[in-house]
Amino acid sequence: MPDIEDGIEDRIEAANSEALKRMLAAEPVLVDVVRAGDAIAGLEERTILHAGPPIAWDRMCGPMRGAICGIAVFEGWAADLAAAERMAERGGFTFAPNHDFDCVGPMTGMTTVSQPLLVVENRAFGNCAYCAINEGLGKVMRFGGNDAEVLDRLGWLRDGLAPLLGAALRHAGETGGGIELSPLIARGLAMGDELHQRNVACSSLFLRAVAPHLAAVSTDSASLERAFAFIGGNDQFFLNIGMATGKAITDPANGIADSSVVTAMSRNGTDFGIRVSGTGKQWFTAPVEMPAGLYFPGYSEADANPDMGDSAIVETIGLGGFAMGAAPAVAGFVGAGAASDAGLYTRTMREITVGDNPNWTIPAMDHAGVPTGIDIRLVVDANIAPTINTGIAHREPGIGQVGAGIARAPMACFRQALESFAKTVGVA
Amino acid sequence: MSQELKASRLLDAPLVVVTVGLASFADDLAAQGVAVTQIDWTPPAGGDARLADLLSKLGV
Repeated sequence: MPDIEDGIEDRIEAANSEALKRMLAAEPVLVDVVRAGDAIAGLEERTILHAGPPIAWDRMCGPMRGAICGIAVFEGWAADLAAAERMAERGGFTFAPNHDFDCVGPMTGMTTVSQPLLVVENRAFGNCAYCAINEGLGKVMRFGGNDAEVLDRLGWLRDGLAPLLGAALRHAGETGGGIELSPLIARGLAMGDELHQRNVACSSLFLRAVAPHLAAVSTDSASLERAFAFIGGNDQFFLNIGMATGKAITDPANGIADSSVVTAMSRNGTDFGIRVSGTGKQWFTAPVEMPAGLYFPGYSEADANPDMGDSAIVETIGLGGFAMGAAPAVAGFVGAGAASDAGLYTRTMREITVGDNPNWTIPAMDHAGVPTGIDIRLVVDANIAPTINTGIAHREPGIGQVGAGIARAPMACFRQALESFAKTVGVA
Repeated sequence: MSQELKASRLLDAPLVVVTVGLASFADDLAAQGVAVTQIDWTPPAGGDARLADLLSKLGV
C-alpha cells in the first residue's frame, strides 16, 4: 500500500468534488458592457492590465510591448508609440495581471481605464468577471497591432458599439433575465464549436439572442447596421464572452482548502502561469512553449511568438482543447491532425480531470460531458500536459496574427504547484 | 479445465503480444512479423521518483 498520509486522500477528494461542484453549479449571464475604470476597483490611470502572470517591461515579448505602446497612445498617455516606449522603459506605467482584477483578456490582453468590458455575472455565486470586446481577426491589438487602423477600431468599440451593446444587454435583463450563457455554450458545442479557435456557432447564437434588444434600444439605423455587421462578421466575437464566462466560473472554485484543481491557466508571451484552488492566488510559472500549428500564407514558425493570452481560461472549464471532440473542423485548422483524431484530445484530457460536465456534452462522442477540473496530481502522475488551442501572434509588435495551433501547458508549472500544494496540505 | 490444458490451447492459436513500456519492445517484435499491441504507458510522474513518492502520499 502507498504511504498515504492520514486522511489526506479523502480530504483532497472532498475538496476537489467541491471545486467541481461549484464550477458545474455556475450560472453565467452576460449582463452589461461597462467602462473599465468605473467597474474595476483599483484600476487607475496609467495602469495597464495584461494577460498572464505578472511580468515587468524588460521581460515582455514583442507583441506585448507593441500592445502596451498602442494602448498608451489610445488612452492619451503618450503622444505616439515611441514616446509610449520611453515611458514604459522609465517606469511610467503600472503593470498587473488581468486575473488580479476579476478580468481576462485574449493574447496580449490589454485592459485600461477607458476600455469597455463585457460583464458576465455568475448568478449562482454573485461574482462578476470582465473581458474586453473582441476586435476581430488580423491586425488587432490583442496580437500586438498598434497602428491607426487598430486604434480607430478600439475607438469605435468604446464610443460606438459598447454603449449600444451595453444598453441592449441591460434591455435583455429587464425584459427576460438576460443572456444566459451556459445553455448557449451547450448549443454551440453541439454545433461544432470548441469555444477557443472555433466560435462561429456561439457567435451566431449570441447575435440571434441580442439582435432584438439591439434593435429595441437603437435610435440610429446606421449604428445598428454597423453593430450587426461587426458581430455577424466576426467568427471569434464570442471568444471574449466565453473567456469572461470561464473567469466567472473558476473564481468561486479558487481558495478551497485541500483542493488540487486548477483555477487559472494563463500566459503573457514569456511565462506560463497556473493557479490552484488550494494554494489560492499564488502563480506557478515556467517559460511558455511555442505552439505547434499551421501558419497563414507567407508566415512560418520563424515568425511566431511563443504562447500568449488569458484565453486558456476556456480550457480550465473544459472547453477549447479539452472539447476538441466537439469540433472536428477545428482539428485541421490548428494542425491537430485528421478530423477523426479530434476525440482523442478530449479523451486524453479526461485522464487529468476530476469529472465531466453533464451540461456541456459532445454529440459525436455519445454525448460525453467535456472533461472538467484539471487536477495537478493527475497531470504530474500521467505526465500529460493540458492541451490548449490557440492563435499565434507574430513575434514583432504591430503585425498581428500569423497562424493557429496547439500549445501545451509546461509541465514545470504543475510540478512546482504539486510541491507547494503538498506543503500546504501538510505532506513533506 | 486444468492449467496445463489451458496453456496448450493458448498455444494452438496465433499469439498476440501486448507490450508495455519502451516502444522498441513492440518495434522489435513487429520487425519479426509478430502481431503486437503496444500499451501507451509511462512511469508515474514521468519517472521522477521523488515526485512519484510525493504523489503516493497525496493519494494518487
